[in-house]
Amino acid sequence: MSGTSATPRAGEVREAPSLRRHLAARGLDGMTLLVLPALLALLALFVYPFIYGLAVSFAPKVGPFYANYRKFFSDPFLRTTIWHTLALALPTTLLSILVALPIAFRVRLMRRQRMLTTILLLPMTLGTVLVAQGLLTYLGPNGWFNRILLTLHAVRSPLDLTNNYWGVFASLLLTGFPFTFLLTLSYVSGIDPALEEAAATLGGRAWDRFARIFLPLLAPGLAVTFCLSFVQAFSVFPSAVLLGAPAGSTHVIAIAAYQAAFEQYNYSLGSAIAMIMGAVQLIIVVAVLASRQLFYRGPVAGTKG
Amino acid sequence: MVETSVLQRKIDDRVPGPGGGPYGPSAPPERGGVLELAGLRRDFGAFAALKGIDLTIARGEFVALLGPSGCGKTTALNCIAGLMPLTSGRLMLGDRRIDQLPPEQRGFGMVFQSYALFPHMTVRKNVGFGLAMQKVPKVEADRRIDEALSLVRLDAQAHKLPGQMSGGQQQRVAIARAIVIRPPVVLMDEPLSNLDAKLRLEMRSEIRRIHNTIGSTTIYVTHDQDEALSMADRIVVMQEGTIRQTGTPEDVYERPLHADVAEFMGFRTRMRGRVRTVQGSLVSVETADEREGGATIEAVARESVSVGDAVTIMIRPEDFVATAAGTGLGGTVRTIEYRGRAFFGLAALSDGTEVFFRSEQRLVPGQTASFAAAPSQVLVFAETAS
Repeated sequence: MSGTSATPRAGEVREAPSLRRHLAARGLDGMTLLVLPALLALLALFVYPFIYGLAVSFAPKVGPFYANYRKFFSDPFLRTTIWHTLALALPTTLLSILVALPIAFRVRLMRRQRMLTTILLLPMTLGTVLVAQGLLTYLGPNGWFNRILLTLHAVRSPLDLTNNYWGVFASLLLTGFPFTFLLTLSYVSGIDPALEEAAATLGGRAWDRFARIFLPLLAPGLAVTFCLSFVQAFSVFPSAVLLGAPAGSTHVIAIAAYQAAFEQYNYSLGSAIAMIMGAVQLIIVVAVLASRQLFYRGPVAGTKG
Repeated sequence: MVETSVLQRKIDDRVPGPGGGPYGPSAPPERGGVLELAGLRRDFGAFAALKGIDLTIARGEFVALLGPSGCGKTTALNCIAGLMPLTSGRLMLGDRRIDQLPPEQRGFGMVFQSYALFPHMTVRKNVGFGLAMQKVPKVEADRRIDEALSLVRLDAQAHKLPGQMSGGQQQRVAIARAIVIRPPVVLMDEPLSNLDAKLRLEMRSEIRRIHNTIGSTTIYVTHDQDEALSMADRIVVMQEGTIRQTGTPEDVYERPLHADVAEFMGFRTRMRGRVRTVQGSLVSVETADEREGGATIEAVARESVSVGDAVTIMIRPEDFVATAAGTGLGGTVRTIEYRGRAFFGLAALSDGTEVFFRSEQRLVPGQTASFAAAPSQVLVFAETAS
């Protein structure tokens, strides 16, 4: 505004800086252009394929536009894939967090965290297929796991741990855990240790300190951790095929989509299944994130700083 | 309660039962006693942060642990609170040995430098946390929380979250939270260091008032000698993990026992010299190098020195007066600043020693001046054999 009255000479000279200043005040300047590549990538690799897939899913080979969705929900073999996938993804995600929490509590006090972090990260770098292949042998009837149990007389006959639910369960846990752990660790170490000390001097025993101080402050972070880990586990595919029973108890939704699109060449049905998969994930994630509203979500330090 | 578990009974021993009796936060703490620190030692690897602290603190006393940063005062406090295990030593409260107890069983109230308020709890919940841990019945807990909040003058803020309060208010919440459990000992770790100068002055008298009201023993850690002098019954000056001097504020301020303590208490000018004459308690010390003519300064010695001894002389800036033309040690003014009423500055004596002085006139940097002090204001310490 001040530019308008200050230089009453050339109109275009006056207009340019004032517009620029106007935009800068709203946080838009030359630097804003740096988001362009990411925006383009997002549009090309996510938004467009998503809309395209959505459109394809509503263009079935035969029947009305919703025929694919009707087929999915009326065919028990397809419909149950939702439960199969949830039955794998929900427990493994929850168990990951339950195991990661105490370890993170211990690791946050350690000075040399890098060694341990490296060891824990290894399964993530190996990839699901290698882990699945390894587990197939390790958990198999003649694998080390069963041999140890037999030697210890813990079981009479080898446990059936491959080509069923438990094989996939183990594989998901192993590959998903490092990610869950790292996220949990970052949330746990973000809490001011003086808060725990304060609670201790006020008579809070270990459990009180955890339940009344740490847990409420961690809850929003754990919800985010849950969502990210869950989404990863929900798209389980290679280990469900390699370690599970892909025609039975581990006939997960990703397998159904793959079979529709690339075995029956019904690309439209495959897209519809993928959309349903996305919707289920979205429902769970939204429900979990919405529950964060129940918790305190401010800063987790004991002072204004 | 008909059936009471052993644990519950233990807890009930410590706190008044339902009904509560006539106690408020102003009532004396139930489990007080003399706090005795014997040979407290704490090592961090090869570094000894505390090298054997011996100290007896009377019930209800306000003791300040004073020292420069890194002197071990906060380590000492953490060890007393139980937040840090001792490497060796003994800690007694009355006739109870407490150094093996975890912090939650010591029942000491602690005020942290960062306040460490629980950010997800309202002021009321924060203050009530300790009472909830002690399973104090709700009616009594409510009454005690109210009393504690009114003691720190925060009655109207009870429903707020810590994040919505100013630093000074958070500080008061931290104090209320620590004292509401009626601790026998209140530990304060530089509680005013995050406040601005005006609030600091206000909170000094507030903390002293609260201490007088509740009658707990208070151990107050600070690096600010003004705070220690104005608040404490007794000051413990620490340096490099040891106690250098213990005494009343007057003792420590006027009669420091070591040159290091003196320096910390404001004797900024430090000169070396040799005793030339001794007449009763009045000694004359030659400061400058003899070849340069030798200037002398007179002092009232508090420890016995003899002629020829190497000594350290220390003087406060406000007692070392510079005049443009007068008697005393000669030197050149380097810097000078006006601080209201008088000028203070830094000068170099003819032998190069830096001295801090006061002056009634505005001297100019580069100007030569004479520096003199009343003998009673000059400290003389015999130099340890080296």
